[in-house]
Amino acid sequence: MTPVVHGGLPAHLVDFVGALRRAGIAVGPGESVDAAAVVAELDLLQREQVREGLAAAMLRRSGQRAVFDALFDLWFPLGQGAALGEVALPYAEDGSVDVEALRDLLAGLLRDGDTAAMAELARAIVDGLGAVGRGQGQGGQGQGQGGGGGDRGQGGGGRPSTWSAYQALNAVRPETLLARVLADLRGGADADWDSPFAEEVSRRQVRDRISSFRRMVTDEARRRGAEIRGREAAARTGVPKQGDRVDFLTANSEQLADLRRRVAPLARHLASRLAARRRRARRGPIDLRRTLRRSMSTGGVPMRPAFRRPRPGRPELVLFCDVSGSVAGFSHFTMMLVQALREQFSRIRIFCFVDGCVEVTDLFGPNADLGGVMAEITARPGLIAFDGHSDYGSALGRFREGWPDVVGPRTSLLLLGDARTNYRDPNLTVLGELADQARHVHWLNPEPQAQWGTGDSAARSYGQVVPMHECRTAAQLAGVVSGLLPV
Amino acid sequence: MRRVSTEPVSQKTLFDSVDDVMTRLTDVGYLPSTAVATTVFLADRLGKPLLVEGPAGVGKTELARAVADATGSGLVRLQCYEGIDEARALYEWNHAKQLLRITASQGESWDDTRDDVFSEEFLLPRPLLTAIRRTDPTVLLVDETDKADVEVEGLLLEVLGDFQVTVPEWGTITANQRPFTLLTSNATRELSEALKRRCLFLHLDFPDPDLERRIVLTRVPQLPEALAEELVRIVGVLRGIQLRKAPSVSETIDWGRTLLALGLDTLDDDTVRSTLGVVLKHQADAQKAVAELRLN
Repeated sequence: MTPVVHGGLPAHLVDFVGALRRAGIAVGPGESVDAAAVVAELDLLQREQVREGLAAAMLRRSGQRAVFDALFDLWFPLGQGAALGEVALPYAEDGSVDVEALRDLLAGLLRDGDTAAMAELARAIVDGLGAVGRGQGQGGQGQGQGGGGGDRGQGGGGRPSTWSAYQALNAVRPETLLARVLADLRGGADADWDSPFAEEVSRRQVRDRISSFRRMVTDEARRRGAEIRGREAAARTGVPKQGDRVDFLTANSEQLADLRRRVAPLARHLASRLAARRRRARRGPIDLRRTLRRSMSTGGVPMRPAFRRPRPGRPELVLFCDVSGSVAGFSHFTMMLVQALREQFSRIRIFCFVDGCVEVTDLFGPNADLGGVMAEITARPGLIAFDGHSDYGSALGRFREGWPDVVGPRTSLLLLGDARTNYRDPNLTVLGELADQARHVHWLNPEPQAQWGTGDSAARSYGQVVPMHECRTAAQLAGVVSGLLPV
Repeated sequence: MRRVSTEPVSQKTLFDSVDDVMTRLTDVGYLPSTAVATTVFLADRLGKPLLVEGPAGVGKTELARAVADATGSGLVRLQCYEGIDEARALYEWNHAKQLLRITASQGESWDDTRDDVFSEEFLLPRPLLTAIRRTDPTVLLVDETDKADVEVEGLLLEVLGDFQVTVPEWGTITANQRPFTLLTSNATRELSEALKRRCLFLHLDFPDPDLERRIVLTRVPQLPEALAEELVRIVGVLRGIQLRKAPSVSETIDWGRTLLALGLDTLDDDTVRSTLGVVLKHQADAQKAVAELRLN
């Protein structure tokens, strides 16, 4: 059971704040005070209002919401124990859960999209099917029990050691209901869809509902697990990472979608950073309108002339991306960044390399689909010159020979890669020449800094020629972008 | 010089409870989610500005208008843009008029002229000052805060922190009642931590299907209910596809209006195909949706 914190609600709130901080959400004392004021104003029996109120007082950006919700559910749980609603599991005559009847029930809910009932069913399913380590099969129907599970409302032959969402979902297998729900929706197994479009819309809708149901079950299992293991332990393992702290190389598809949303605004920042000139580096011609306006306060005598602000420069960007196997996970991110940058810069050249080097600017048109682009890049002749192992030195050399005039004094050059050059010559001279010619050169490296220079990595040597930044998460990319000169 | 008002900022609350916010916003045609109602209630009770962030077209600006309508307050709007400065946000002296006054005052003593030239008559109040000086209930809307430069954020800090403005010639003007303040942002730029700390934060996202259906029906009352449900369903699916600009509530409403104007009461493939441009504003998005949803 979750221990009760001594000190009442304020202490509990502080405890919750501590958990948020451990999860990487910076909640200051000021926010804690706000949160307390919020709790004082709200009706504590309205759980959703308390949730929204605390979120309003404690969160500062939208990406933190998933973490907050997970922790809120642990610290302000819906109830203790089963907390069952009106939707009950169907039981067969021998006392076990009737899985077929249960699947019927679930199919009906999925068809109607009844979210509230689905949440109640998720709770019931975890309670009935998710227990690990107590007598299965009997479903806990009226067995004699020791003192341990006495506080449980229903069921409970002995206390389970944990609750498993995997086990519960495996018994129900909601994703196999898709075809059946779709058949229901089109009005019977024999009926036809009006059009492929109608079918596709329904299919996607039902699929969404199924995945949200799976999420409900997982959340519920986490809540029940927290009662056994303690919420601190549950918070450490079961709470999702904030989107901008997810490692590019290990992100799952949901996180990748989230990353894509984050990278787009970063590209815009990067564009404006690279475009900005150092402030007051040059004074333009006199701005007559503003000078006259200013002279009003000195009786029409232009004492302080105003100068026209220098026009923002039109930066040229050259991207040089490693697409070899060793950075396969990173290259997906690279492509996202490239695509986002493509929309921001009017003059951009994109080059990809393994041990050869090719220009692929034309592939990133405004309507490009990222999925296909990668395949097309690898199919380009010239990308692989020799054996398909990345060779930065040779790629840089070929870039210099093949496109000698691409990098000029107005160019910003961005290199993306892990600098693992398979013990071949890193060709520092060429990189040095490029760095001399370009306005800015920056290297984004997806490897943790501790691994730079180990094994075949030439990151340390390259890092002495051009500034190299560790860039494994969206947060780090944001840091790099905001740290770039000129401000 | 002017007297400096030293009265503390008093606050009459606008709403009694979260449910009160719900009903009153609903009465003026804005259907709030629990999140919206709760934060609006708290912003009013705690006297803190409310920072609303979210994609375009989910009703951020509309919320300010609805709060003003529901409480019978006046709406003062400061539209931010790149390069907005104090003169546009706070106040400005009407220099031309001051010069005229000085030239017209031949023979007057210097003190008289000076006091007169810096009087009410020559001040051009801009939204922030207007909101602070109003005596009637006021809703102050700072729209698209992320478009403004960082310097303006500093200005907002002073104004929103204490609700007072310093005019050097007059002294400090304190609001005699705190305006209900709402800042909106599209998150194109991270606002500074200092500004965020002074605000309650609300991330306004796409509403759930049921709420969206009711919103569409409130906005387009003539729309048949079944059609509204179908619209919301398709828009929900479109949001699941990776698009450059996911359709927002305002697009759903526009779509409903379009169908109504065209006199269509069912959504078949042809209708969707020909009116998809209302919901998806990028050509690439429309192509992708057509391909993924097998519309061709």
